Amino acid sequence: MEHLTALELRKTISAGQISCVEAAEEIFQQIDRLDPIIGAYISTYPHQALKNAADIDRRIASGQPVGPLAGIPVAIKDNMCTTFGATTCASKILENFYAPYNATVVEKLLAADAVIVGKANMDEFAMGSSTENSALKTTVNPWDTTRVPGGSSGGPAAAVAAGLCYAALGSDTGGSIRLPAGFCSVVGLKPTYGRVSRYGLVAYGSSLDQIGPITRTVADSALMLNVIAGHDPADSTSIDENVAPLCDYLEKLDEPIEKLRIAIVPHFNAGADRQVQNALYEAIELYKKLGAQVIEVDMPYLDYAIAAYYVIATAEASSNLARYDGVHYGYRSDRARDYIEVYSKSRAEGFGKEVKRRIMLGTYALSSGYYDAYYLKALKVRNLIRGDFARVFQECDCIMMPVSPTTAFKMGEKIDDPLTMYLSDIYTIAANLAGIPAISVPCGFDQNDLPIGVQILTPAFTEDRLLRIARMFEAQTDWHAKKPPIAK
Amino acid sequence: MDHLQYKVVVGLEIHVQLCTKSKMFCSCAVEFGQPPNSRVCPVCLGMPGVLPVMNKQALEYAVLVGLALNCEIAAFTKWDRKSYYYPDLPKNYQISQYDLPLSAGGFIEIPLESGKSKTIRIIRAHLEEDAGKNLHTAGNFSQVDLNRAGTPLLEIVTEPDMNTAAEVRALAVELQRMVRYLGVSEADMQKGHMRFEPNVNLIIAKDGIEYRTPIVEIKNLNSFRALEKSIDYEVSRQIDEFFETGKTLETGTKSTRGWDDVKEVTVLQREKEDAPDYRYFPDPDLVPVQLSKEWLEEIKSRLCELPIHKQLRFVNEYGLNDYDAGVLTADRSTAEYFEQVVAQGGDAKRACNIITQDLLKLANEKGCTVVGLRIPANHIAQLCKMVVMGVASATAATTITTIMSGSPDKPPEVIARERNLIQKSDVGELEAVVDQVLAENPKAVEDVTSGGKKSSKACGFLLGQVMQKTKGQANPKVVSEILAKKLE
Repeated sequence: MEHLTALELRKTISAGQISCVEAAEEIFQQIDRLDPIIGAYISTYPHQALKNAADIDRRIASGQPVGPLAGIPVAIKDNMCTTFGATTCASKILENFYAPYNATVVEKLLAADAVIVGKANMDEFAMGSSTENSALKTTVNPWDTTRVPGGSSGGPAAAVAAGLCYAALGSDTGGSIRLPAGFCSVVGLKPTYGRVSRYGLVAYGSSLDQIGPITRTVADSALMLNVIAGHDPADSTSIDENVAPLCDYLEKLDEPIEKLRIAIVPHFNAGADRQVQNALYEAIELYKKLGAQVIEVDMPYLDYAIAAYYVIATAEASSNLARYDGVHYGYRSDRARDYIEVYSKSRAEGFGKEVKRRIMLGTYALSSGYYDAYYLKALKVRNLIRGDFARVFQECDCIMMPVSPTTAFKMGEKIDDPLTMYLSDIYTIAANLAGIPAISVPCGFDQNDLPIGVQILTPAFTEDRLLRIARMFEAQTDWHAKKPPIAK
Repeated sequence: MDHLQYKVVVGLEIHVQLCTKSKMFCSCAVEFGQPPNSRVCPVCLGMPGVLPVMNKQALEYAVLVGLALNCEIAAFTKWDRKSYYYPDLPKNYQISQYDLPLSAGGFIEIPLESGKSKTIRIIRAHLEEDAGKNLHTAGNFSQVDLNRAGTPLLEIVTEPDMNTAAEVRALAVELQRMVRYLGVSEADMQKGHMRFEPNVNLIIAKDGIEYRTPIVEIKNLNSFRALEKSIDYEVSRQIDEFFETGKTLETGTKSTRGWDDVKEVTVLQREKEDAPDYRYFPDPDLVPVQLSKEWLEEIKSRLCELPIHKQLRFVNEYGLNDYDAGVLTADRSTAEYFEQVVAQGGDAKRACNIITQDLLKLANEKGCTVVGLRIPANHIAQLCKMVVMGVASATAATTITTIMSGSPDKPPEVIARERNLIQKSDVGELEAVVDQVLAENPKAVEDVTSGGKKSSKACGFLLGQVMQKTKGQANPKVVSEILAKKLE
C-alpha cells in the first residue's frame, strides 16, 4: 500500500478500500521500521495524525465533503512553522522553539485534509546540499545508505523515496528541493517565486526561497501545487492572482505539448559527469521521438550564477538570521555575563559551522565599502541571468539541463570542502535567481544504481506547462516507479 | 572674550509617531500604557518565518506630512533593512528607508517672535518602524517591552538652518501643530510621540578666522522647554570647551550627549570615532511602493490649510491680533469652530474673546477641546450677537457659556431669560427707573450738578442705585447716557 502514489491512495480511500487511519498506521509502521536507518524525520506526530485521520474517516462515512488531500500522509520540512511540535530548522538554536502560529502552507494542507505525519530533516537553516549540516540528525540516501540524500530538503526527499510518507513539502533557495529529489529518484518542483506563500517558512534567502512539493510522480506534484499555490495577503511578495491566474494543474496534465521546443545549453551541460549527461541526452531523445524540436542556445551568464547566489543568499541570510540572538526566544548561552555576550555566546554556541560561514560571508558582502563590489554586482549579474532566460524563452517552451553534476556522493566526502559542495548546486541556482519554476524528474540510474534526474525549466508562472512537459516524459518511462531496495 | 562673535548652528532630526490604528507592518493595535507585551504578535516579535505587510494608512499619513513640508514625493520608494543589535529590536534590523525616501527636499515656515517667519529647509522625511523599550527597573536584569515595536515612525531631517534656541523651539511647536492639524499624530512629547534630536555646533570668529566647534547630538529631550534649554546650555558649554581645548569640527569628534532634566546639563554619552555600519540593503520581504498620480492626488485632497497660514489669515481677515490668532489656531478644530461661529453671524472679535477666554477655560477644566464641549457654533454666534446688541453683558456671557457647557443644547437666549441675565436697554423703561432714583437721592444729584470733587463719585453711586433697582439687568452704558442727559 505504501508504494501507491498520493493520487492512487486518494482513489483507494474514496473507493472505501482503505481508511485514512489504516493508511496512516501503515506509514507509521514503515517509519518505525525504516526511519531508524534513514533518519528522515526530526519529529513525528502519530497521535495527532491518527486522530485527524479518524476525523476524516468519520466525515467520509457521514457523507460530508473532504479536502483534495483527504487522508494522505504528508511530511513537511522542519523549517515551516507549526503550532504542534518544535520548528527546529535542524539547528541547536531553535531546537526547542515552538511556533505560536502555522505557516500558510501548513494551514492549506490541513484545510485540504492532509494528514501531517512529521517534520523532516534538513541542512541547518536550509544551508547545504547534503543534509549533513543538520545539527540534530543524520539522514541517509535510501538508495545507498552510505551516501547523502542531497540537500537541503534531504529529509523530505528521503521520506518520499523510502515510503515514509506519500508526499512532502520542501523549500528551495538554490536547488534544495530539486537536488535531493534527483539524488533520491523522486519528483521535486520549485514553483515560480511568488506562486506559493512564504509566510511561516523560516527565511534563509528571502528573495530566492520558495516552498514546493516533493512527490513520487508529476501528477502528485500537480495535486500538491493545487493545494499550496495562491496569493497570501500575509506575504507581500506572493503574486496577485489577477496578474498570474491560478489553474487546476491536474486538469490538462495528460495532454502533451504539441511541437514542444526544448532548449539546451551544451557548454553548461558539459560540466556534468558523463553518465549524468548521457541520461539527460537520452531523455531529450525520448522527447524528440514524441515530436519535440531541440535547439542549442548560449546562456553566457549562467557561469556566474553560483558566485552571484553565494553573495545574495548569504547577504539576506546574514540579516534574516540576526534575530536568533538568545534574547527573545531560542537557545541562550548560560555563560553570558552581559547582553553583548548573550548575543555572541548564544550565536557562537547555537549556530553550526556552515551557518556561521554564510552569515560571515553575507555580513562582509553588505559592509560599507564592499557593498558595491559584492552585493550590488551580484544583483547586476542576477539581472543579466534573468535576461538570458527571457531571451532564450522567446524561442523555446522550456530549457532542459542536469539537476546536479554528479549523482549522490558519499557521506563526509565534501563536507570539509565547502566550495566543492557549493558546486553541487550549479544547475539549480539559476532558476532561483531568475525566479522561474523548475522541476526535477527521475530519468535513470548510474552504474552504481544511483538515481539521476533531469531538470526542466519554464518561464515564470507557467507551472501548468512545466508539469505537462514533465508528465510527457514520465508517461513514457518507469524510472519514477522504481523503489529503493531498502523500501521493498 | 569681550568681542566674542559666534553663530549657533542647529539642525534637527525629528521622529514623529503616526497615530494609525495598527502597526507599520502587522495588525497589532497602536496603543500605549498597556501591560507590557500585550500588543504584540509573531510579526512584531520578529518570530521565525514571519513577513511584514505595509500599512497603507501609515504611508498615506507620511505622504501627507511630506506634502505639508513642501517635499518632493517619490513616485517610487522602497524599504531597506538597517542592521544593529539591541534587545528592543526583535529582528535586530529595523525596516526603514535608505536611499529612496518617500519625500525629500522641502521646507517649513516657522513663526518668529517679531511676527515674521523663517524658512527652514527639510532634507528628507521617511517612514520606518519604531523599536520596543528596554526597562531597567527589575533589579539586576533588564526587561523588554515590545508593545511599541513596529509603531509607524516618520523621521524628518532638517538642514542646519536654525540659529537660536528660540527658532528650534518655534520649529518644534510649528511641526507639532502641523501634524496635529493633519490628524496624523497626537504629537505628545511627554508620551514620546515626538522626539527631537538637535545637532548643535558653533561658528566662532577669533582673530579674523572662523572656527567650527565639533557637532554634538543631544538626546533625551521630552519637552519644548528641555529642547530650548539644552541648546542654550550646549552653546555656553561649547564656547567654554573651545577656549579650553581649541578643538574644532576637524580636530575633534562628533559626540552624543544626553540631557539631564534635573541638573539642566548635557552629559556625554558616546563619542563617534567611526560611523556605525548599518549594512543597509533593500528588504526582500517587501515590494517597492509605486505611488500613482491618482493616489497622490487623492492624498493631496486631504491636505488642509496649515496652521501658520491660518494664523496669518485670521489676523488679516478678522483683524485679530497675532497672539489671539495663535491661540485660536493652536488646535485645528478650535480654529474651525471659530470660523463656524463667524460664518453664523458672530462678530469675530467677540467670538474670539468668548472662545479664547471662556470656552478654552471650560474645555481645559473638562479636559477636552473647545469642540468637545459640544456647544453648537450657532449658539455661540447668537451669544456674540446678544453681547454686541447689548442684550447680554460680557459678565453675563461668561455665566451663559458656563451653563451652556453643562447643557450644550440650550440656546443662549433661553438661558439668559431663565437666569434673568437679559440686559435692559430700553430707554423709556430705564428713564422711569432713573427718574425714581434721582427723586430718592437729592443729595447725590446735587453733588453731581454742582460739579467739583464729589461729582464723579456721586454719578457712580446713582448708576449703582439704578443697577440695584433693576437687579443688575440694566445696560450700564444706556443708564450712563440717560443719567448724563438728565443731570446736564
